[in-house]
Amino acid sequence: MKTSISDIIDRYGNDPSRLMDILLDIQEEIGYIPEEINQKIADQLGISKAELVETISFYHFFSNKPLGKYHVYLNNSVTAEMMGREKVKQTFEEEAGIKFGNVSGDGLIGLYDTSCIGMCDQEPAAIINGVIFKDLTPFRIKEMVKYMRQGMPVNEMCRQNYGDGNNSSDLVQAVVSNNIRLKGTVVWDQYSPGEGLQKAIAMKPAEVIEEIKKSNLRGRGGAGFPTGLKWEFCTKAMETERYIFCNADEGEPGTFKDRVILTELPRLVFEGMAIAAYAVGAKSGVLYIRYEYKYLRKHLENALEELRKENLLGKDIAGRKGFDFDIRIQYGAGAYVCGEESALIESAEGKRGEPRDRPPFPVDKGYKEKPTIVNNVETLAKVTKIMKKGSEWFLSLGTKESAGTKLMSISGDCRYPGVYEIEWGHSIYDILEMVGAEEVQAVQVGGPSGTLIGPNQLPRHLGYEDLGTGGALIIFHESRDLLKEVVMNYTEFFIEESCGSCSTCRNIPVLLKDKLQKILDGHGVVQDIDDLLDWSKPLKISRCGLGHTAANPIVTSIQNFRHLYEKRVLRDREFETGFNLADSVRESCEAAGRPANI
Amino acid sequence: MSKAIVATTSLAGCFGCHMSILDIDERILDLIQLVEFNKSPIDDIKTFTKQCDIGLIEGGCCNSENVHVLKDFRKHCNILISLGECAIMGGLPAMRNGIPIKECLREAYLTGPSVTANTEHIIPNDPELPMLLDKVYPCQEIVKIDYYLPGCPPTADLIWETLVALLKGTEINLPYEVIKFD
Repeated sequence: MKTSISDIIDRYGNDPSRLMDILLDIQEEIGYIPEEINQKIADQLGISKAELVETISFYHFFSNKPLGKYHVYLNNSVTAEMMGREKVKQTFEEEAGIKFGNVSGDGLIGLYDTSCIGMCDQEPAAIINGVIFKDLTPFRIKEMVKYMRQGMPVNEMCRQNYGDGNNSSDLVQAVVSNNIRLKGTVVWDQYSPGEGLQKAIAMKPAEVIEEIKKSNLRGRGGAGFPTGLKWEFCTKAMETERYIFCNADEGEPGTFKDRVILTELPRLVFEGMAIAAYAVGAKSGVLYIRYEYKYLRKHLENALEELRKENLLGKDIAGRKGFDFDIRIQYGAGAYVCGEESALIESAEGKRGEPRDRPPFPVDKGYKEKPTIVNNVETLAKVTKIMKKGSEWFLSLGTKESAGTKLMSISGDCRYPGVYEIEWGHSIYDILEMVGAEEVQAVQVGGPSGTLIGPNQLPRHLGYEDLGTGGALIIFHESRDLLKEVVMNYTEFFIEESCGSCSTCRNIPVLLKDKLQKILDGHGVVQDIDDLLDWSKPLKISRCGLGHTAANPIVTSIQNFRHLYEKRVLRDREFETGFNLADSVRESCEAAGRPANI
Repeated sequence: MSKAIVATTSLAGCFGCHMSILDIDERILDLIQLVEFNKSPIDDIKTFTKQCDIGLIEGGCCNSENVHVLKDFRKHCNILISLGECAIMGGLPAMRNGIPIKECLREAYLTGPSVTANTEHIIPNDPELPMLLDKVYPCQEIVKIDYYLPGCPPTADLIWETLVALLKGTEINLPYEVIKFD
C-alpha cells in the first residue's frame, strides 16, 4: 500500500463531512473498503462505526469485499437492453465462468450490473476499473476477457479511437463520443471565458438576480423551478455564509447532456456558478458529480485551475475587491436519488444520500445548514450566456412560457442518437423527424420518471406548459414489447434506486413489479390493471421526487397504452392466481432432499 | 331466520386474531344466536361438514398445508375474509421473505448458533411434514378474498361490527377508534 489510511483521512483534515472523498480514496487505494478498518476510520474521524457503515452501505460503488482485479459494471438501462445487452452479459458470464454479482475464484474478474451510466447514445456500455467502454458486442467481450487473463492494463483494452472533442484530450482520453448532433444558439454559441462574469460584476448583485428573473430561466434538471426566484430566496435567508452547488449527478436513465457540457464547456458552467455566487454572496461552491463521470476528473480540475490562474475564481475575482469564490469537486458513489437536491447535499456532507424533509428548503438550510443554491449544469451554463447577451435575447427564443433552449439527450430507436440543443416549443413529431426515427410506437419523455406517450400525442410540444422535461427522450420502435422491455426495466430501476427511507417507495414499486410480472406471465385479470393504478396512489406521500414518480412508468403506460395490458389479461374471470405450489416448494424440497411432488 | 354458518382458521398466524374474536366478550352469546360454527378452532371441528356462509382466515400462507387449507376454505365459504395483518400482508412471518428459503433452513437446522442437538445435520423431511414455500404469501395472492379486516389483531369491535353487518345486510359502522392502529 502506497498511502496509509490515516494519511488519506489527514488529507481531508480529519473532517467527517468529507467522508465521501475519504471513502473514494480508500477504495481507490485498496480496491475496496475492508470491514476490518471501519473502526480505525471511525475513530480518526470522531464518528461512530455505525455512522460510517451507514454511509458505506448506501452507495452502489462502495464495497466491503474485493471487487475483482478487473471489475466490470455493465449498464442495465433500457437503451442498453435494446442494443443487445443480454448477449453481452451472457458472453461475459460464459467467458469469465461466473454469474453477475460475483467475483471469479481467482479474484481476477468481478461482474456487476449498474444503473444508467450516462452513455445511452452509445450502448451497450460498461465501466471497467473506472474506464468507459462503449459499443460492446459479444465478440469484443471475448477479446476483453482474454486480455484480462493476460493482465493487460485496462486502458489498453479499449482498442478504439478516443472520442471527439475533449474526449481525446490528454486529460480525458476516453472512447466516449459527444454525439453533438445540433448546436443551438445558447450553450454552443461562441464562448469567451469571463465575459458573462465581467458583465455581472459591473451590476449590483440584486440587478443580476433581476436579470435572471426577467430571462424566465427555469431549472434545466427537470423540475423547472424559476432560477432567479431560487436565488432571490437564498438572499432572503438570514445566514450570510452561503453555498452554490452545481448538480451534475444526472442519473435519470436516458440523460447524458450534462456529461457533454462538462466535457466541452466546463468553464461555462463554473463561470455560471461564480455569477450565482456574486448574486447571492457565496464564497464556496461545490460541483457534485456522479461517480460514473470519474474519468472527467483531471479535465475538470484543470478547468478550475485555469479559471484561478485567470482570476475568474479565487480572491478578488476579476479585480473586484472582496469578491472571493472557489469551487471544489465532490464525486458521488452511485446513487440516483442523490440527484434530488437535499439528498445531494446530505451526500456532499458525507452521509447517506437520503432526501431531507422539506421545508426548510436548501435555499434556507442547505449544505452545513447554510443557505444553498443547487442548480443543474445546463442551468448554470445558460446563466453565463444570459449575463453575456441579456434576458431580452434569451426571451426571444423558445415559447412564451418557456424561454430559451433545451439540451435534449435523445436515444433509443433512431438513426442519430445524441445531444441536440433546440428551442422550446418543438413538437415530438418534429423531434422524431430531426433524429431520424420511423415507425415509432412510443416515446419516453423525461426518462423513467417522465411520461410514456403514444403516436396520438406526437403533436404535443416540449415546454413547461405542455411536456416539461429534463431533456431525456427515448424512442421505441413498433417492434418493441413496451411492457416487458420498457415498463418492467424502469420499474426495476426505481426499486434498485429507492433510498428505502419511506415505506411507500420501499414497498409499493415491488408490489407493482410483481403485479406487472403476473400480467406478463398471463395470469392477470382486469382487476390487476386497476390495482396497479390504485396501488400507485400512496406513493405521492413519499418524501421526494423519486417516490412520487416511481409508478410513472406503469401509470403513464396504462393511461396511454391500456390496450397492451388488456391484450394480456384474462377477460373471462374475476380472479386468477399467479401462484404455483410446485414452483414455490421446489427449493425447500431440494434442501430437504425430496422431489417437489406436492 | 336460519343461522349463518361461520368457519375460521389460523394459517401462518399467532392465533392473536382468534383471541380477538373471543374479545367480543359477552357478545359471543348474541353471536351464537346469529351463527353456527363449522370448521374452526373455536369448536374444534376439523373438517368442513357443510357449505358455509362466511370464512375468516387468520395468517398468510407459509407452507403447503396452509395453501391446501386456504383453497378448501375458498371452496366451502361463500364469503372469505382476510382477518388481520398476516392474512392481508404476510405480517411478521413474511420477514423471512428477503432471505432465500434454503438459507433460512440452513440457519435454522444446520449452522445457527443455537443448533446443538441436530448431530446428523438433517433438514426435516418427514413425509407428514408440509413443505415451506419460497416465501410467505398473503391470502389474496392465492385465492380470491372478498373482504379485508386490518389490524394486528383487528379489534374485537371491528370483527363484531363486520359480522353483524354481513349477517344483517346493514352498512358497517366504522368509527375511527375501530380502525386506528397507533
